[in-house]
Amino acid sequence: MDSPSMTAAIRALLRRDLLLAYRHRGEIANPLVFFMIVITMLPLGISPESAVLGSLAPGMIWVVALLATLLSLDSLFRSDFDDGSLEQILISPHPLYFIVLVKVFVHWLVTGLPLALLSPLLGVMLFLPEDGFVPLFLSLLMGTGVLSLIGAIGAALTVALRKGGLLLSLIIMPLYVPVLIFGASVVRSAIEGFPIAGELAVLGALLAVSIVLAPMAAAGALRISVNG
Amino acid sequence: MEFQFASLAEFWAMKGHGPYVWACYALALSTLFYLIDAPRRKHHQYLKQQHALKVAQAHINKSSEK
Amino acid sequence: MAWQWFYRLGSPRWFYEKTDRWIPWLATVTALLLITGAVWALGFAPADAKQGNSYRIIYIHVPASFLALAGYYVMAVAGAIGLIWKMKLADMVMKSAAPIGAALTFVALVTGAVWGKPTWGAWWVWDARITSMLVLFFLYLGVIALQGAYQHQATADKASAILALVGTVNIPIIYKSVDWWYTLHQPATLKLTSASSIHPSMLYPLLLMIAGFYCFYALALMFYTRAEIVQRERRTAWVNELVGAVK
Repeated sequence: MDSPSMTAAIRALLRRDLLLAYRHRGEIANPLVFFMIVITMLPLGISPESAVLGSLAPGMIWVVALLATLLSLDSLFRSDFDDGSLEQILISPHPLYFIVLVKVFVHWLVTGLPLALLSPLLGVMLFLPEDGFVPLFLSLLMGTGVLSLIGAIGAALTVALRKGGLLLSLIIMPLYVPVLIFGASVVRSAIEGFPIAGELAVLGALLAVSIVLAPMAAAGALRISVNG
Repeated sequence: MEFQFASLAEFWAMKGHGPYVWACYALALSTLFYLIDAPRRKHHQYLKQQHALKVAQAHINKSSEK
Repeated sequence: MAWQWFYRLGSPRWFYEKTDRWIPWLATVTALLLITGAVWALGFAPADAKQGNSYRIIYIHVPASFLALAGYYVMAVAGAIGLIWKMKLADMVMKSAAPIGAALTFVALVTGAVWGKPTWGAWWVWDARITSMLVLFFLYLGVIALQGAYQHQATADKASAILALVGTVNIPIIYKSVDWWYTLHQPATLKLTSASSIHPSMLYPLLLMIAGFYCFYALALMFYTRAEIVQRERRTAWVNELVGAVK
């Protein structure tokens, strides 16, 4: 009896969150604009030379994508928390794990995926060598998934706090280090002519582990935040 | 096993590495000291504060009984 | 019967009374180990052939680094016990472990940097171990920040326990990835650890210092936890007795 209704519940939640995201589709632009503005500041702050920017590009684009994701995380659970629907979701008989997974997936659809899609444009602006474009897109595609998943843990821990945003960044950033390292190195290795299958596999492994573990931690954190 | 330096002046100078070595040991010593002192201070101050509160409360009770 | 000691362990009062008796002994042992170790390290261990006297900093740096990492696991395990068995004492230990670990990580970082200056000419080198240690420092700060953010202590305890546990899973991953990152970029030969075989005359004072630091950690943890206990257990009779006994 539970199985069909769980699929129905997941589908309903998916539909609801997608609809909400669509209604606030202006907000999708925020991390993207942030992404672009910061990338614009780089040549202003460092140097407009193609050689300099080109060597910095993989890492810089990755770091800024990371920051943009961080900024958007606060809203993952907050609006549901504010209007009380999060409490209702917690009482539902369906496993919180899947509920969190669905929410994070929608979050990724409206933040991580657009970031990945926009990245080639930014690569052009920063003189990213040709070989780097596809690896940049692929690494961001997978990497932002990991960022959203791990970030959900922080969002869940801080959802009940008023000034949760900065605290969220502080507690989540150290956990982002491995993704950043491997994500950026995929791009750099491709530029230098090395095969990237192994490094992409590591990113994939990080994604797989996060999909399995992160929603559990986030679910526990949600219960603590809401009931606390 | 013998003392590695010819004199205390040399011990202090550590062949030019003195500032580095002594700065590190000083930092370590002050941190270790702080990690013991801070909690003990907090502990005693808390007890003292609670005591003062109790005394004050007793005074208030006594004066309200009158 | 077998579980009695486990549950007694969970009693803050038991901990408080036991540590009353343990602390003088532990403090003496710690002081002995640290003083002997430091004197030996500073004055009696032979100078290093390549690094001269600046290597004496490792007698602080290495123990601090060990404790920085071990301390995080102490914090995470205490948090897990508090979360799973709802043991109040475990929560208090976790909260106490955070500032101690953060301070020791800070010492490890600064001594590592200062050591780098005379040895390799730079105040900071982004090598694998120091970078990992820096990330560890941020992990500690995150837990400390989270502890202070909640209205209710119980919520704060559970939330920081979760964060500490998530950090624990990540620490090996972070270390491995930073290590891998560093080997990609390693300029020439720059290794923060000197020769793999360390002379006994240099090793023994190091062991003394490491042991001393471990004992110190336990001591500091006891002090912090005791301060936490009197605060959290202020409504109990035995704490009220303590308050009354203040002169």
